[in-house]
Amino acid sequence: MAREMMFAEAIAVAITEEMQRDPTVVFYGQNMAMTDRDPFVRKFGRDRVRITPISETAELGIAVGAAMSGLRPIVELYMAEFMLVAFDEVINEAPRLRYMSGGQVKVPCVFKAGFGFAAGWAGQHSNCTYGAMMGIPGLKIAVPSTSADAMGLMRSAIRDDNPVVYLHHYMLTIDKGPVPEGEHIVPFGVADIKRAGTDVTIVATAWMVKKSLAAAEMLAKEGISAEVIDPRTLAPLDVKTIVDSVKKTGRLVLVDQAPRHASAAIVIAGEIADQGFKYLKAPVKLVTALDTSVPYSEPMESYVLPSEEKIVQAVKSVLAMHAAAV
Amino acid sequence: MPTASQLSKDRLIWMYTQMVRIREFEERVKRTFVEHPGVIRGHAHLGDGAEASIVGALATRHEDDLVMPSYRCHGYPLVLGTPAGAIMAEIYQRKDGVCKGFGGSMHLADPAHHFPTASGIIGQGIAHAAGAAYAAQVKKTGQVVYSFFGDGSSKQGAFYETLNLAAVWKLPVVFVLENNSYQAYTHISLEDANAIAGDPLSQKAKAFSIPGVTVDGTDPLKVYDAVSQAADRARAGQGPSLIESKFYRLSPHGNAITVPPVPTQFQEHEAIEVYGNKAEFEAAKANDPIKKFRSYLIGNGTFTEADAKKIDDSVRAEMDEVVKFALASPLPAPEDAVKYVYA
Repeated sequence: MAREMMFAEAIAVAITEEMQRDPTVVFYGQNMAMTDRDPFVRKFGRDRVRITPISETAELGIAVGAAMSGLRPIVELYMAEFMLVAFDEVINEAPRLRYMSGGQVKVPCVFKAGFGFAAGWAGQHSNCTYGAMMGIPGLKIAVPSTSADAMGLMRSAIRDDNPVVYLHHYMLTIDKGPVPEGEHIVPFGVADIKRAGTDVTIVATAWMVKKSLAAAEMLAKEGISAEVIDPRTLAPLDVKTIVDSVKKTGRLVLVDQAPRHASAAIVIAGEIADQGFKYLKAPVKLVTALDTSVPYSEPMESYVLPSEEKIVQAVKSVLAMHAAAV
Repeated sequence: MPTASQLSKDRLIWMYTQMVRIREFEERVKRTFVEHPGVIRGHAHLGDGAEASIVGALATRHEDDLVMPSYRCHGYPLVLGTPAGAIMAEIYQRKDGVCKGFGGSMHLADPAHHFPTASGIIGQGIAHAAGAAYAAQVKKTGQVVYSFFGDGSSKQGAFYETLNLAAVWKLPVVFVLENNSYQAYTHISLEDANAIAGDPLSQKAKAFSIPGVTVDGTDPLKVYDAVSQAADRARAGQGPSLIESKFYRLSPHGNAITVPPVPTQFQEHEAIEVYGNKAEFEAAKANDPIKKFRSYLIGNGTFTEADAKKIDDSVRAEMDEVVKFALASPLPAPEDAVKYVYA
């Protein structure tokens, strides 16, 4: 049995239930828990649920120190860009301390942030920053695209003994979707085939999964069968599921909201060149944002970002290359 | 907690012994660059001159209290009980190092001896210490966290953000600002607004409405009294304090930064090397905290000159063995490098 749940609600339910399950989970951030009517404060009290000043370095650094001392902090950052203010903690502290200590400490914490807000938030509040983080050993990155994954990945993030950057896409916030009953968990490093197909493999994350599924629907009307894969976590990255799909389809389109060289797509393209080249019947095609900052005005914003039409065109181009080659 | 004047003879002798251990250990590190070139890689930072401050502060600890120093971190674990051989072996990049050769001089850690980690990035450890204090508060362990950092760290955003939040949350943490007059190679008169105005750096505490005191960091008993009041306050749930402990770093910031195969070692102190101020350095040497404490303890009858010499000799013998142990320890297996990335 599944229940319908909004994306944001699924995350909140996961945090609530994990806090009920484990008294070492704490949750804090800016502009939250402002009154005693706050549902988290009511359930868990002021020790475990706190409001902070606008001090990202302290918020994340305190999470790192608390994690080493037996808590499992979740830091609410609201926007992924706010993490940049304290990037030392994300990149050079949380994922390094276990390694540098020779395995003596662990740093279980969750840095939770929204991203990709393509609704007129312009250059500083709508970016995809995972490209700067996915190559950092010791750090994990979750990027859910559905309510079920949002819940299941948040549970895994909280239970993981490593620092996890949990990125939820703003454009999915109020989308509703089915969530399995009970303690639904999605393991890290396991991609999900969101739509099975035979002619082409499309890999996408977060909001781009929704766009890719819509593009696959348009392509189906023209007799083209697209398989849509969502890695769900960028670190660890399930390369095997993608290679297996490419074995079957021989064609790969990578869709990513980030600019080309900051995208996860460019990393996946490299992995497929390394591990799946012999299965390819056409060159890999990337559908990414243009190499610009995100513009404020709507027509320009749409122009810069990947769209269903751009995905459809890319799929058709890799199919045409095959035809030309044969 | 007893005041410094109530400390037992044994405790005073323990404090003196720990101070000498730090000094002799750091001397061995420094000599290694000359006697065994290449054994120490990267950058090593010594705490000679800080002995009274470190020992005076740590003498106030309860058994489970945590200690989170900066990257200049050799002295604290020596006092906390980490085997000195394991610290030296780490600095010598060996398998028997306290971090198995993964961290080195700047990133020592020994959670089993209440030293979770040190960060090599200036100021960030202040936030980690507050985090450990938050955990102690939530888990009601009664622990106090001792956060040590230099005057340079007190210009970092992490310092301001963390002290504010620690005050807001009344965290059980004692912030010890070790003012040794130099931010790496830069004299404090060039970069600290309080110092330029002739004010103590403990004045920064006023920005967070928490107690701030300045203490002579070359006198372990004065440091003890200041830190013990702050620790009592933290343990009573009244929140953090800032203590500025003033002493002089007797070695330069670190060994010279060279590119292999050019050898590296410790040069003259910046006071002389950069600023040509030999008088400043000589005055600091004359004010050596170990010499002063030794004379004080002999003067008040805690021990005799002969007792002190016995301690000095036994520490030297200990540190000779430490160097031998570290040199004899094997290097780690190369393939161990892929361990400990994820828990």
